[in-house]
Amino acid sequence: MELLDNLALGFSTALLVQNVLYCFVGVLLGTAVGVLPGIGPTATVAMLLPITFSFEPVTALIMLAGIYYGAQYGGSTTAILINLPGESSAAVTALDGHEMARQGRAGPALAAAAVGSFIAGTVATVALAVAAPPLASVALRFGPAEYFSLVLFGLIVSIALARGSALKALAMIALGVLLGTVGQDIYTGTPRFVFDQRELYGGINFVSVAVGMFGVAEILRNLENERTRTAIVSTVKNLWPTREDRRRIVGPILRGTGLGAALGILPGGGHVLASFTSYAVEKRISKRQQEFGRGAIEGVAGPESANNAAAQTSFIPLLTLGLPAHPVMALMVGAFIVHGITPGPNVITDEPALFWGLIASMWIGNVLLVLLNLPLVGIWVRMLRIPYQVLFPMIILFAAIGTYSLSFNAYDVYAIAFFGILGYILIKCGCEPAPLLLGFVLGPLLEEHLRRALIISRGDASVFLTRPISAVFLALAVAALVVAVLPTIRKRREIVFAEDESLDEIPNPVPPPSPRAHDDLDELPPRVPPQR
Amino acid sequence: MPDVLAGGIFVLIGGAFVWGALGYGLGTPLRMGPGAFPMLVGATVAVLGLAIIGKGLVAGEVTSFGAIPWRAVAVIVLAVLFFGFTVRRLGFVPTSAVTALLTTLASSRVRLLTAVAVAAGLTVASTLIFVVGLQLRIPLWGPWLGF
Repeated sequence: MELLDNLALGFSTALLVQNVLYCFVGVLLGTAVGVLPGIGPTATVAMLLPITFSFEPVTALIMLAGIYYGAQYGGSTTAILINLPGESSAAVTALDGHEMARQGRAGPALAAAAVGSFIAGTVATVALAVAAPPLASVALRFGPAEYFSLVLFGLIVSIALARGSALKALAMIALGVLLGTVGQDIYTGTPRFVFDQRELYGGINFVSVAVGMFGVAEILRNLENERTRTAIVSTVKNLWPTREDRRRIVGPILRGTGLGAALGILPGGGHVLASFTSYAVEKRISKRQQEFGRGAIEGVAGPESANNAAAQTSFIPLLTLGLPAHPVMALMVGAFIVHGITPGPNVITDEPALFWGLIASMWIGNVLLVLLNLPLVGIWVRMLRIPYQVLFPMIILFAAIGTYSLSFNAYDVYAIAFFGILGYILIKCGCEPAPLLLGFVLGPLLEEHLRRALIISRGDASVFLTRPISAVFLALAVAALVVAVLPTIRKRREIVFAEDESLDEIPNPVPPPSPRAHDDLDELPPRVPPQR
Repeated sequence: MPDVLAGGIFVLIGGAFVWGALGYGLGTPLRMGPGAFPMLVGATVAVLGLAIIGKGLVAGEVTSFGAIPWRAVAVIVLAVLFFGFTVRRLGFVPTSAVTALLTTLASSRVRLLTAVAVAAGLTVASTLIFVVGLQLRIPLWGPWLGF
């Protein structure tokens, strides 16, 4: 009953006119950036963050969340219609979805994706509403030692899920933590690494890092070899799936929802992992395995449900523990803090209207997305005709203005250039930017809780092992590290992932989408086998 | 050799932070000084960097970087720095126009007329969105222009 009361409170907040309006603006923008390759949700949220400062906190968060899950939707539309996954968790959708479009069945593919996403979004929102309060009450009993171990665990897990070299991902996390130490020390006030520049006392601005690493670096990569974007768009007719289609998508949608909801909680790109896992599962249990890769509707419905469910449940660690599981979540932490709210277990009791309003808005956002996506599919596809030569100057200019307007600090703008170049070089060397961003956000928390725990324990470091919850998190962190780094286990992991690799062997007349077609680099599928 | 370069960057930055942290006081475990945490993390970064270099040398693979868009790198960095430096001094409108124009020139395919048109359009759009729409308090024309 309490749940119903809470949801009623949530809906009464989320259904306020301005909240519905900005939820709509959010999912609209999200869909747009999901459709357009080269600009992803992370850069968009970073740019729009300053705009939301003048809003009510709940309105701001509703809009930012809308951008995030709207982008999951938009990516699948272009994946199906032109084999260009605007958002990389949609890369799997392109396999069968585009094949269906080539056979003149674009309508049912889009409908399967939309219906699957909607059902998954609804179920995952309920899962979020049910699971969050108990988790938050557990988290309330956490002391600094527990938080330290938890943050460490979160950071380590994000490499276990990252693709490519675990060593590089680990180094990127540590570098992010290191960059987070710039600025005044919280306990003594000593300015650290500021080169006597008063503007750096507040630390490096998170938005500069995000915009530089995800916006500028990505633009530089796109400018490496410029191609003309050709959009050959299949015409969409017969939107509704046949009775046979409807029967075939029920199972994949339900399984995809379950998988996605579970995997989304993991820090670090759970939604990409979810869509690939769902595709592998559907292919394995299907009676028509030979159809996969040649237009099987199950291969669209399953992964789409999975990535949307995961996008919703990735809010669980943010709302209950204050831990961002995705770079966009890290930006949301920034949004919470700007509005004077510390994300974490206290949000649910201190700001119930905000907490439940945000959850309810996700369901409303999912309804809006279905309404937006199916009838307006033509408009989204037409957006792809915007030439990149207009798009990237817009991103750079808006990013500079947006970052400057945060605190009218020219150093924040210079930092964009610095992190753009640093990010570009590191990405070229095979280092992903997402772990660095997570490290940068969580680093100050790590230091604060480490030092506070040691002060409370009178300098006795064994406190991290003698407190049971803390010890469990540390053990899990070590286990995750071992899984990610040890070569033998790593090989076994490659075998597990080998199922996914068979996707590439499917005879497919259309060349697989190039990695550059994806938006943010953090959105690349994690299944690329480690190069060694 | 991407691994060696990446490792080198990590060693360099990690080492620089360790060196800087030594000047801030390490303190004791009970009261950690401001330098203790950066030193710990800086050392970790440097060690990981060395490991990456080592791995790169052992593997010995010579992968090329591919094309580097030097023009785009230079122009975009210049554009962003220009924006940060002049937005107070020249004001919002001229700064946006120059930044947009510079950025547009990053593409090797762009024609001058297109660049001017895009820059003009973006300047109008950003003025409408940020100054008119969002009430951003940046003067449209700055002191360098006599305002």
